[in-house]
Amino acid sequence: MTKWLEEHMPKLVLAPSFIVVLIFVYGFIAWTAWVSLTRSRLLPRYEIDGLIQYDRLFASPRWDTAFTNLFVFGFLFIVIAMILGLILAILLDQNIRTEGAIRTIYLYPMALSMIVTGTAWKWILNPGLGLEATVRGWGFEDFTFNWLVDPDMAIYTVVIAAIWQSSGFVMALFLAGLRSVDQEIIKAAQVDGIPTWRVYTAIIIPAMAPIFLSAFIVLSHLAIKSFDLVIALTGGGPGYATDLPATYMYTMAFSRGDIGQAASSAMIMMMVVFTIVVPYLYSELRTKDD
Amino acid sequence: MTDLSYTSPRSGSRTANILLRWVLYIMLGLFALFYLMPLFVMVITSFKSLDEIRTGDLISLPREVTFDAWRTAWSGACTGIQCEGVRPFFWNSVLIAIPAVLISTLIGALNGYVVAQWRFKGANLFFALMLFGCFIPFQVVLLPMARMLGLMGMAGTIPGLIFVHVIYGLGFTTLFFRNYYVSIPSELTKAAKVDGAGFFRIFWSIFLPLSLPIIVVTVIWQFTQIWNDFLFGVSFSQAGTQPVTVALNNIVNSTTGVKAYNVDMAAAIIAALPTLFVYVVAGKYFVRGLTAGSVKG
Amino acid sequence: MTMKFLGAVSGMAIVASTAAFADGHASPEAEVLHYWTSGGEAKSVAVLQEEFAANGGTWTDMPVAGGGGDAAGTALRARVLAGNAPTAAQIKGPAIQEWYEEGVLADISAVAEANNWSKILPEAIAGHMQCEGTWCAAPVNVHRVDWIWANAEVLSANGIDMPTTWDEFNAAATKLQAAGVIPLAHGGQAWQDATVFEAVALGILGSDGFRKAFVELDMDTLKSDDMVAVFDQMRTMRGYVDENFSGRDWNLATAMVMNGEAAFQIMGDWAKGEFMAAGKVPGEDFLCLSTPGEGFLYNVDSFAMFAVDGDDKQAGQALLAELVVGESFQEVFNLNKGSIPVRTDVALDNFDSCAVLSADDMAASNEGGSLLPSYAHGMALRGAQAGAITDTVTAHFNSDMSSADAVQMLADAIANSM
Repeated sequence: MTKWLEEHMPKLVLAPSFIVVLIFVYGFIAWTAWVSLTRSRLLPRYEIDGLIQYDRLFASPRWDTAFTNLFVFGFLFIVIAMILGLILAILLDQNIRTEGAIRTIYLYPMALSMIVTGTAWKWILNPGLGLEATVRGWGFEDFTFNWLVDPDMAIYTVVIAAIWQSSGFVMALFLAGLRSVDQEIIKAAQVDGIPTWRVYTAIIIPAMAPIFLSAFIVLSHLAIKSFDLVIALTGGGPGYATDLPATYMYTMAFSRGDIGQAASSAMIMMMVVFTIVVPYLYSELRTKDD
Repeated sequence: MTDLSYTSPRSGSRTANILLRWVLYIMLGLFALFYLMPLFVMVITSFKSLDEIRTGDLISLPREVTFDAWRTAWSGACTGIQCEGVRPFFWNSVLIAIPAVLISTLIGALNGYVVAQWRFKGANLFFALMLFGCFIPFQVVLLPMARMLGLMGMAGTIPGLIFVHVIYGLGFTTLFFRNYYVSIPSELTKAAKVDGAGFFRIFWSIFLPLSLPIIVVTVIWQFTQIWNDFLFGVSFSQAGTQPVTVALNNIVNSTTGVKAYNVDMAAAIIAALPTLFVYVVAGKYFVRGLTAGSVKG
Repeated sequence: MTMKFLGAVSGMAIVASTAAFADGHASPEAEVLHYWTSGGEAKSVAVLQEEFAANGGTWTDMPVAGGGGDAAGTALRARVLAGNAPTAAQIKGPAIQEWYEEGVLADISAVAEANNWSKILPEAIAGHMQCEGTWCAAPVNVHRVDWIWANAEVLSANGIDMPTTWDEFNAAATKLQAAGVIPLAHGGQAWQDATVFEAVALGILGSDGFRKAFVELDMDTLKSDDMVAVFDQMRTMRGYVDENFSGRDWNLATAMVMNGEAAFQIMGDWAKGEFMAAGKVPGEDFLCLSTPGEGFLYNVDSFAMFAVDGDDKQAGQALLAELVVGESFQEVFNLNKGSIPVRTDVALDNFDSCAVLSADDMAASNEGGSLLPSYAHGMALRGAQAGAITDTVTAHFNSDMSSADAVQMLADAIANSM
């Protein structure tokens, strides 16, 4: 008996998590898929009614905006946060005296929830109260920074606030990565007279490829789940110009009593996630087995 | 660290280097301003009186520093009929966050250990399944989870909230530990097995002692996520079990009532103090933990 | 030996249970989910809690702020699904009937009939509180939505009277712009855009047209030339707001009127609370009038009772319902909140001039059949349809969409939301 236990212990240890994830993640996704095929309103109903929710979804101009925003916001947020994180990591890697303090300053925004900082950012970006007004007060009468109230530009303010929150974390990831690159190779390159910037581009950054992938996963997870941020900063406005699938889903489910519609938007989101995450998982796990 | 200041015989002069150092510090300083600005605005607003906020501008320091807003936020702000500030809710958040963090970290460690060191068919599949679970938006699971909690008799309770947070934290904790344990050579495990050590023995005496950096990373990440969570907190609690984020929302977000911005800011900072504290104190271990192999692919 | 023991035990059990039954009073208790969390609102709810306690009841407060009830709605759904519904929840308008259709509301007809609700409540409003013939919710107040507020000094300095038609409003606005005053203080949040829209629509479509469009969702009215005219007027209004209106909170817009930066604000009667909190006097410092047009758009807050087990909770619901429509609560609560009593037989001696005006208008429109539910505040339509209309209104207001396009978008959105 104990021999059998010992042999199967690894599987037994994983079993509870496995069952839990099966029910509470995949079971719930299946539930959502089911509900997305019904005419659920205030509370879920279970009689299948075909693909009407998806028809309604694709006919909704608000969903178009939300879906497009996901890619605009997602792309800009992930790319800029990664570049900024990398630059900051490289800067911090230069033997800075106050490294600990500066690193904490770059990292702390991740500790705050957006309900906390949303109001502050809303003020800073508001033309009449914030940055624009202050700079004008300093004498630069023509300075304008009214992205927050411009339907075409508002989504970029969401990008700014999101980058502010997460780039410090990405910087920490990259800093750790930079420091784990083999010092011997770098020294050798420098002795050979290769200029420092080339040391970075040819040796260090390629060696950090796995970290880029980790950062990508963390950032895309944040981008997809962006909800508190949008609600706190713009409330989805002006109009619904900064709506994202997560806020669309929430509004449909909880303010509009339209759970079927919320479920269909959730399924589309999950499909997008699937197409991004699966290739990463495949490459990640394939290299593991080498 | 990469010593950029190493000057090979063929590269530039000393003044160029000093100039570079200056540019470096200036850039770092500018970025620091960018990161600190919102916190600065929040802090100075919390020390102003409402009149000053209405008539003044955003960045100016308070003409008259008042602590009223802080007092109100802690123990006097109205979150409903109760006007006791955020203090009563703080304890709820603690009761939820600490067990949830500990349990999810422990299970994640065991999972990561298995997946990284005990190769068997399906271990990778399990890992992939767990990882995908990191991405599920919480709004999707709200309603079915509500039904499940009701069926399990845990609706509106603290254990119910702990349960929910543990489940949705498992993906990340498993990820962190697995990535970390993968870089520990499997010879250690093999040698220990040869010596007759069992599954748990190996974990307890070999892996756990090596895990401090990644434990710190995981605890920090989980604590932040759970402490700052609003959605689960508002949906699965009832009077008496609401966490501090729900109280904060009630203070800041009244619809047709008057807004006291200074109290809002003070309350928000108070609610954020534990996570800020964790980041400031443990931040150094955070990077150390990430350095120690957790992020290597 | 065992028989004696059993006998003793069962004897005690019988005694114990009769003792419990002898005391027939269930002590009322209620867990109330609501979103009145700020100072003034919280005080108003505290009044109810005190009366409840004075009558032997235990009140458990479950406040969830935000979004005009969105977060509260989320918490409510989760709890109902978990089988843990609160005793009462702050729900208004057609949402009450929607919840009733899910089969989760309780029947409080006994209380309603005992207290003569059908006589003392205006007919239109009483209709909202009923679910297929039975009473299922208790109304708390009547907010009027279609008010226009003005800074008295700015108006007299520019020789303007309160407008009684939209053309007069436009003329006044042009004059004000020339004088450097912002004609309309507005906060660019979707619900505020919707509030202005329905006030304009009431004026241009008339009360019958409004009912056809926003209660019955009659496509002919929704696509009519009058509706195009409504959007035209909205486009004109867009020219009367300042650049920074987007995302502004409603109370900051009220502040603009108070300090003379702007002349008018179109907002419900909770704006009055802001003015009075700042010490302004109605009639002297600020003026109130119904927006141009015949009719009265109401927003009635109410508590819906959920089907819960337990005598205590059911007694709590009965007590709550009775108190909410009770005379003393109606007076005190509405004095605190800025709305008017929903009970038509409450003396209004202590209320200010704007409230009295509101009550008179309500009585008049009740007789004339122009007492209408506000769509912007969730009284006329279910969430999905109301949301579709608001999406269109706010998209039009924040872009340069043509009125014809907006009308088409409106019709499509409503059709898509069914």
